[in-house]
Amino acid sequence: MTDSAIVLAEGESHFPPGIHSFDFADWFSGLTGTALAHVFTTITLGVWLTVAILVVFFLWAYRKPQIVPTKKQWMAESAYGFIRNTVAIDLMGKKDGVRFAPYLATLFLFIVLMNFWAIVPGIQISPNAHIAFPLMLAVLSWIMYVWVGIKTHGLVKWLKITVVPPGAPLFIYPLLIPIEILQNIILRPVTLALRLFANMFAGHLILLVFILGGFEMLNSSNFFIQGLSIFSFGMGIAMTMFELIVILLQAYVFTLLTGMYIQGSLAEEH
Amino acid sequence: MIHAAEGGAAILFPIWQEMLVGAIAFGLLCFVLIKFVFPRMEKTFEARVDAIEGGIERAERAQEEANQTLEEYRRKLATAQEEAAAIRDEARATAEAGKEEILVSAREEANRIIAAGHAQAEASRQQLIRELRSEVGNLAVDLAGKIIGQRLAGDADTTATVDQFLAEIADETAETSGAR
Repeated sequence: MTDSAIVLAEGESHFPPGIHSFDFADWFSGLTGTALAHVFTTITLGVWLTVAILVVFFLWAYRKPQIVPTKKQWMAESAYGFIRNTVAIDLMGKKDGVRFAPYLATLFLFIVLMNFWAIVPGIQISPNAHIAFPLMLAVLSWIMYVWVGIKTHGLVKWLKITVVPPGAPLFIYPLLIPIEILQNIILRPVTLALRLFANMFAGHLILLVFILGGFEMLNSSNFFIQGLSIFSFGMGIAMTMFELIVILLQAYVFTLLTGMYIQGSLAEEH
Repeated sequence: MIHAAEGGAAILFPIWQEMLVGAIAFGLLCFVLIKFVFPRMEKTFEARVDAIEGGIERAERAQEEANQTLEEYRRKLATAQEEAAAIRDEARATAEAGKEEILVSAREEANRIIAAGHAQAEASRQQLIRELRSEVGNLAVDLAGKIIGQRLAGDADTTATVDQFLAEIADETAETSGAR
């Protein structure tokens, strides 16, 4: 940790941005270096705001559900119904789909809102740009599909289904099985976490490049370069729009893959 | 905290405090949504499906009921028409019978009146005849007495005839008086 990192996180423009741009200072400087370091930062604020907004909205919108929904009830149902119908039920069928839809929907909503802080003015950093949060979610997904597999088939049969692809010639199994173990048991959570993290990390970096770059050009003594800064800011805005697509897409991909892994654990076939 | 000194790979090492915060926050969110919100949504969805299917079922039932009612109504209408026809026929028959009866009794009455008239006329005639007969007898007797008084001495035949005639009248008068 350097002092410049703290200063940067507080908004001083230092160009170019780097990994130090992802360091956020503790709100209470007394906590730095203790076990409670990193617990009260802009990053964790984003996490708690996400939870608070979702909890308050859903409890409020679904206080008195009616057969003919009100507007807010319809919005809440659509948010849940989207994942329930297009991910859970499409992948696993009606019975299992309805069983896992609540978790998948919660996962999706959590990731979407966490990602969304990346383009909210004043925060403009997604907690998912720190690998801790995507990793935590990926580990939960891993625990869930392993547990579902073992519970459905038993440990041995689940392992057989997961790591022994049927129909291959015998001599190739010594090669195939380690690959399958790596791919289906070890790398799945890693790729899940990395995909989400890298997207949000890169998105933040791109926004920083254009916005900080714009300020840097504005501070230039050359009038011509100052004038060019408008293009940099324009790109910043365009990239923010692009970021919105990434936000939704990555949340959907994470949820969809988790759903597919769980479905794979439920299914009889490899 | 990520140390710039460790190089770019540092960003791949999670901060454990953040993982813990994330787990607690996400756990709380899961608890609330999965326990209190989404099951109620599923219930609402089911209730909605029920409401729609129930509505269709109710509509079908109502349709069936309507058909039954219509059928019943038609049956009743047919029965009523038959009954009306029967009543009309009966009424006509009754009227016919009544007319016949009236005619018969009227005819009887007329006959009776005619008969009574005849009887009365006959009785009057008989009475007149009787009265006339006694009158005629008396007159005849008176006349005969006068004739007989004048010629009795001279004619034996006449005497005999008058005697016989008187005897007959006397018989007849006595008979009529007796009958009275």
